[in-house]
Amino acid sequence: MDPALIRELKLLLGPANVLSQKEDLLLYEFDGSVEKARPEVVVFPHTTEHVSRIVRLAAKYQVPVVGRGAGTGLSGGALARRGGVMIVFARMNRILKLDLENRRAVVQPGVVNLDITRAVEHAGLYFAPDPSSQKACTVGGNVAENSGGPHTLAYGLTTNHIAALELVLPDGEIIRISSHHGDAPGYDLCGLFVGSEGTLALVTEITVKLSRKAEAVKTLLVIFDAVGDASRTVAEMTARGITPAACEMLDGWTLRVVEDYIHAGFPRDSAAVLLIEAEGLREAAQSQAAAIEEICNSNHAREVRTARDEHEREVLWKGRRNAFGALGRLAPSNYVLDGVIPRSKLPEALEQIHETGKKFGFEIGNMFHAGDGNLHPIVLYDQRDTEQFKRAIAAAEEIIRMCISMGGALTGEHGVGMEKNELMPLLFTDADFDLMRRIHDAFNPDSSLNPGKIFPLSKGCGEIRVRKSVQSAGPRP
Amino acid sequence: MNTAADLSARLEQLLGSGRVRASEPALREFAIAGRAPAAVLKPHAAEEVSEIVSFAVAEKLAVVACGSRSKLELGMPAERYDLALDMTDLRQIAHYDPGDLTVSVDAGMRLSELAKALATKNQYLPLAVPCSGTSTVGGAIASGIDSALRQQYGTARDFLIGAEFVDGTGKQCKSGGRVVKNVTGYDLHKLLIGSLGTLGVITRLNFRTFPLPEMRSAHLAVFPTMEGALNFHAALLNSGLPFSNLELFDSQFSALLSASVNKLGSSTPQSLATAGWRVFASFEGSAAVLDRITHEIQKLAGRAQAERSETLDLQRTQIMSEALREAFEWLRRAAPTVALLRIVLPEIKSRGVASLLNLLQPSPLRAAFVLRACNVAYLVLLAENEDAQSIAALGREVSELFSQVETKNGCATLLHAPLWLKERMNVWGAKRADFPLMQRVKQAFDPQYIFSPGRFVGGI
Repeated sequence: MDPALIRELKLLLGPANVLSQKEDLLLYEFDGSVEKARPEVVVFPHTTEHVSRIVRLAAKYQVPVVGRGAGTGLSGGALARRGGVMIVFARMNRILKLDLENRRAVVQPGVVNLDITRAVEHAGLYFAPDPSSQKACTVGGNVAENSGGPHTLAYGLTTNHIAALELVLPDGEIIRISSHHGDAPGYDLCGLFVGSEGTLALVTEITVKLSRKAEAVKTLLVIFDAVGDASRTVAEMTARGITPAACEMLDGWTLRVVEDYIHAGFPRDSAAVLLIEAEGLREAAQSQAAAIEEICNSNHAREVRTARDEHEREVLWKGRRNAFGALGRLAPSNYVLDGVIPRSKLPEALEQIHETGKKFGFEIGNMFHAGDGNLHPIVLYDQRDTEQFKRAIAAAEEIIRMCISMGGALTGEHGVGMEKNELMPLLFTDADFDLMRRIHDAFNPDSSLNPGKIFPLSKGCGEIRVRKSVQSAGPRP
Repeated sequence: MNTAADLSARLEQLLGSGRVRASEPALREFAIAGRAPAAVLKPHAAEEVSEIVSFAVAEKLAVVACGSRSKLELGMPAERYDLALDMTDLRQIAHYDPGDLTVSVDAGMRLSELAKALATKNQYLPLAVPCSGTSTVGGAIASGIDSALRQQYGTARDFLIGAEFVDGTGKQCKSGGRVVKNVTGYDLHKLLIGSLGTLGVITRLNFRTFPLPEMRSAHLAVFPTMEGALNFHAALLNSGLPFSNLELFDSQFSALLSASVNKLGSSTPQSLATAGWRVFASFEGSAAVLDRITHEIQKLAGRAQAERSETLDLQRTQIMSEALREAFEWLRRAAPTVALLRIVLPEIKSRGVASLLNLLQPSPLRAAFVLRACNVAYLVLLAENEDAQSIAALGREVSELFSQVETKNGCATLLHAPLWLKERMNVWGAKRADFPLMQRVKQAFDPQYIFSPGRFVGGI
């Protein structure tokens, strides 16, 4: 990287906001995924104007730019695949405005997801998207990846909770899209930019919609002696039109790992548990919980436990939310897959995942958003063992292919990033890519923003045009 | 230059003779703002749509895709209009997985037919749009017209999970998928919602479906003043009670609504007949849920000193809900000359609403106002005849409303107006800061500008 660019960045931001030493950069070559790529310089802007000027400088020196929040993403979306400048939004972390009456909050992208809820819960409001990493992940990252979480089942992904955005385009232009209310005439640009994985623009300000907390919540922990019974319960619930606020599943292997570490009260000898939440008016939550319990019982549930108070509810959720920490005790690395299937195919899908595990020599755990068919099979492996890593990747690919063959999707909430871009042709034709590429080029014509993501790089599908100068810059993954 | 006869001969060669109509009456049927196309084409498969669009690209012909043609007047009339695409032969359910609550349906299928098919599995699509008897699924999405169930279910973007369409290069493309949770690739299908056919020809749409509500009920309250009604409206919103629809309207709107209810059935709620401001709230769920909501509303209505407070039985609930769903339809026909504005304000305060309505005083025109779910208001101006005084008043008032709304950081659009007013005003209001990005989207989807050119925001 041209030292002159680093000098100019330090001049703009102050030396404390620019990292360029190798040992500093190492921290930024990972995110939550299995991928790895090192930026050449990391910068911490404080204002939108900073971001705009950083982007202009990067353009002047013809190096790529990638945005990053907390780096908790699971598809390599915030990795600098082609090196260049990484913009970390950690210091743009202010809540700029709370408009409780109209249920809006205007925030900078580096605000931590849960901090929005903390700022508004006194008024009975909250920010609905709840990724498992919500204590750490930033709203900017949520917007880029269109993140989901357990309660996506009832309340939708991040895209359903964004009213307006301020963007910085790759040429440095600052532009606001949509309106505070979120209902401006014209194309639904927020719908396009949310979930575009940082490949179209950088987001510097976000107007989020706040939701009202439900009057009553019923949290059920349902214990099963057979995985099939648990998955049939979910399929039957869906088919009967019962949509709880959340419906999470942990299979026997996973719940034992979690129980040993967290002691959430999961019976170690059970084959699966469902964590189900019914929300709404007291009367509605009550009757939904009763209907759910009836379905569970008719599918041979061993036991249905209901949290009696907020504390018991927290304990039940603790097992789910902190489960990844538990997995970390078993193997140096875990690969959390993210695929979606129609919910009617859930029993069949879990059986096939089990078979895939056997074929590749892994015990594959399942801890996932069963209610919306969003699978998260977990493959434990040792990344230092190249052969094992390759097998893990092959097993993952087989599972994702299974999702597609069942009429599902490549990713339900983690994004494509550099994890699944080569699998995109499983779903999309050349015509689909042509249009997506034209959209990409309409905003990011030189691929200077987050290059190497979403679109397959392999022959036939073609990387989006990458300038020679960009290609030659920086290390290759 | 091709003559019209030559053009239809070549199109017949492409599609077969039964699929091309060029007779005078057929063309007149598809006219928009007095302009007829050169040919009406009726494809019966997405592949044919693709062939037609490719042909149009090569020949530089402008294409307008149509469903039931109930909302073709939305936006500006297309600047060029050569081919009308009658999509009503694409009318199958391509895939329905009731166990997954998802359905994939051809764009030309009527919403009412889809509703019938879903009802056999006790499900439905909460897209309560006007002209629902004839509207096609594709038209409902492309028009982006407001759904009367938005308060509870959101807009189409909240349950449209994927789409197939032909883009402006003639290629068949898709976005999203058939599962309820999906972040694979750009969400291009969201751009199609409300795009008025300017990005592509929608051929198929995938939705999340919902269980039919167990029971429905509604409540109607009358207040002597606007402030009283707005306070009650705010109290309902802050109560946390789940409403499927929530509308607040003045006595003029009430009179028009009453007339429309009378057409639908004989049981007009008594509270519609008197003067004053009204708040209508509908809700759904089990008997216990309805009881609870009814009880809470009555309490709030008492506290807000409602002049009348009436819980509606199922039949009246249904008739009122239908009539409100069709508001766009009967409002635009409520007088010989009508201007119907859709206004979105960043916040609803009585002062804001009052200042809008004060603009219209004194006026030779009748005006009616309704605040629909989610801060969307409809304001309609009615002229009994197009005399000079009415024309002048209509032009002046619409223009004042636009500027007033825009200074309040709101947005206004003209949903319906006589052509002269549309041409004078531009129905979309002032261009917003993000307009250049919309142009880029248009250029990417439709590089030759063949889809309904000039119809959309800023002349897109």
